[in-house]
Amino acid sequence: MIIEIGHYALILVLATSIVQSLLPLAGTLRNDPALMAVAPAAATAGFLLTLFSFFVLTFAYVTSDFSVRNVWENSHSLKPMIYKVSGVWGNHEGSMMLWLLILAFFSALVATFGGNLPDRLKANVLAVQGWITAAFALFILLTSNPFLRLDPAPGEGKDLNPILQDVGLAIHPPLLYLGYVGFSVCFSFAIAALIDGRIDAAWARWVRPWALMAWSFLTAGIAMGSYWAYYELGWGGWWFWDPVENASFMPWLAGTALLHSALVMEKREALKIWTVLLAILTFSLSLLGTFLVRSGVLTSVHAFATDPTRGVFILAILIVFIGGALSLFAFRAPALKAGGLFAPMSREGALVFNNLILTTAAATVLTGTLYPLVLESLTGEKISVGAPFFNMTFGLLMVPLLLAVPFGPLLAWKRGDILAAGQRLFAAVGVGLALAAIVQWMHGGGPVLAYFGLALGFYMLAGSVTDLALRAGVGKVSAGIARKRLFGLPGSAFGTALAHFGVGVTVIGVVAVTAFETEHVVEMKPGATVSAGGYTLTFDGIRQGRGPNYTEESGHFSISRGGVKTSEVWSSKRLYTARRMPTTEAGIRTFGLSQLYVSLGDHMGDGGIVVRVWWKPMILCIWLGALIMMAGGAVSLFDRRLRIGAPQGARTTKAAARLEAAE
Amino acid sequence: MIRKLFLAAVFVLSAIPALAVNPDEVLSDPALEARARALSAQLRCMVCQNQSIDDSNAELARDLRLLVRERISGGDSDEAVIEYVVSRYGEFVLLKPRLKPETLLLWGAPIVLFLGGAIAMALFVRRRSGQAVGEPLTADEKTALERIVGTDRPDGRAGS
Repeated sequence: MIIEIGHYALILVLATSIVQSLLPLAGTLRNDPALMAVAPAAATAGFLLTLFSFFVLTFAYVTSDFSVRNVWENSHSLKPMIYKVSGVWGNHEGSMMLWLLILAFFSALVATFGGNLPDRLKANVLAVQGWITAAFALFILLTSNPFLRLDPAPGEGKDLNPILQDVGLAIHPPLLYLGYVGFSVCFSFAIAALIDGRIDAAWARWVRPWALMAWSFLTAGIAMGSYWAYYELGWGGWWFWDPVENASFMPWLAGTALLHSALVMEKREALKIWTVLLAILTFSLSLLGTFLVRSGVLTSVHAFATDPTRGVFILAILIVFIGGALSLFAFRAPALKAGGLFAPMSREGALVFNNLILTTAAATVLTGTLYPLVLESLTGEKISVGAPFFNMTFGLLMVPLLLAVPFGPLLAWKRGDILAAGQRLFAAVGVGLALAAIVQWMHGGGPVLAYFGLALGFYMLAGSVTDLALRAGVGKVSAGIARKRLFGLPGSAFGTALAHFGVGVTVIGVVAVTAFETEHVVEMKPGATVSAGGYTLTFDGIRQGRGPNYTEESGHFSISRGGVKTSEVWSSKRLYTARRMPTTEAGIRTFGLSQLYVSLGDHMGDGGIVVRVWWKPMILCIWLGALIMMAGGAVSLFDRRLRIGAPQGARTTKAAARLEAAE
Repeated sequence: MIRKLFLAAVFVLSAIPALAVNPDEVLSDPALEARARALSAQLRCMVCQNQSIDDSNAELARDLRLLVRERISGGDSDEAVIEYVVSRYGEFVLLKPRLKPETLLLWGAPIVLFLGGAIAMALFVRRRSGQAVGEPLTADEKTALERIVGTDRPDGRAGS
């Protein structure tokens, strides 16, 4: 019965979203405040209904109600509770429910915290959110309904794909969707502005917090997914340029560009049309990503749902929304008045450069991801576009961008002095080269390019520090005043410096692990040793074990350094009983920012077992950098200058008040 | 953190060179083995999804790895090995497609987009600054602009 109520709630979501998409729009056309006021109420009701429906599905999973087809297909009564809950979105139907829930959540956020938005803008934004909600609610109800029943109910479920039975599944999709779907708000703001035909700096100020929030979540989601793949897949890779990864990476690239161009628009009223276009493109890439992953048009390491009949429906959604948005843009954009002027060498110019490279990079990833599909459907010829292509093209594009990053914040608005900026960065360049030279001197060997890569990373770190130091007036004013000025700097200045610092940290991690990781693949019998990264691993033997829904075989290794035992590690292979599917549970030990990664292979005839040992120098920098970037986004979000129209609860206001009091 | 990096560098220095994918596949000559690894990373495991034969533990990937090592030991150059593998398995086996008429758009896209964007940007800035300031760019500004939009483009490897 409860299942049917949840199902019914989902149908009501469709109904409320249709109301939300039509009445407010009629209100803005007729200038009727009563009709416009329907929007927040409908959005809030839609969110509560979606939440209820989602809880009902979760309830079915938690109670292992196998009369629900979706639960039977993807769950098992012996599965640990956390995977019963996270398993809700570990399949196609459930993950679309999560998509819808987060979409409705963002609509409700706009409804609740958009108090200072102009009524017309708010009504239009929520109406556009309503269209998207209606489209996806319809998609779920017609093609991916999770509430369908089975009669008679089977006694036991088919279990969740073992690779997904991991805490990664509990965290990664919600974070990713908060990012992906969060950009829908920016999209809705762009469409609302186009409908109204008016756009100004205030618009950018309203959009920026949403873009920042979505971007921060997407950054965290992608990093989390990367780490999950790293420890779960068992061969130590952390980025595969897999189409599914690309699907989340493209909106991230476009979203990063959007953040930067919104900045120009907010401060200088320039790049208005471009910013609106980027807001549309970013969410279009999110939709495209959803299509690629959900339609089963691609099959890849991650794809756990394939059903081509759904593809057509999502493709229709894609065409209607992207096509509609771009047509509206083409029709309305010429009417938008162009804004502030600037010289090529200026903060604006640097941000335009950033946008040029990031959008080219996003387009490159898009081309590479879709090219094999398009070529095969046009000519029947099969080609592969894999990591070597992306590493080369993407890598080449990133170099000039990364070199330019520290310059951006040092250039003045309108007309900057690149030579002066260069002089100020002299120290940063020196620090970068010197540190790389020291590493070279201590390490020796390795490709020369790797040291330039490291130098680039160090230079970015030093560049961020330089930016903050210059803003605080270090060297110009006394230390005490400089310190005061540093703490008085606006949140967005710290956010910028932190995010750019984070990029540098990630660059260092990527370069170090790519150039200096070592790999040993050896056959070991108990007592055998192998050394990696200065540590010696001794294989102690194999133990058989059994978990709630799997059997496993674990190898024990003692780790010693200079003859002294410092640590130990278990590395396992599991066999999940329900699906007879093996997984590797790599043994990972962290030393500082580097890791030892041990993975078990096959048994050899003579009692030995194949063991793969990797030394991954500085690998944690890759994800640490992403976390720092995310922190940068969060710090910017709490900049008190963004308070106008920004989502603000009691806590934000209090924090801002404290900030003001501190000054 | 820097100290950690130094330590990492020292550890790396003391490590022995990387071995191969399965102990029984390894070539005895480390130089040849390194070439085999590099080539393996460029070749797709035909039965896997987006994995190179170097990463895959599929049977077919192993066969292909052994084939690559056999050709290398037989004195083939890298190009000859790739040529041989492609002749047997088709272009699909290459993770980095070769430049030919069908892949022109793929390789050209980044360059065309970047240059197109840069030119559009330069025209836009020139038109707008012409309106506003009423004077053309100075020679310095032109060189500076050239430095940004002209030279920092991806190398022309694919386009040539």
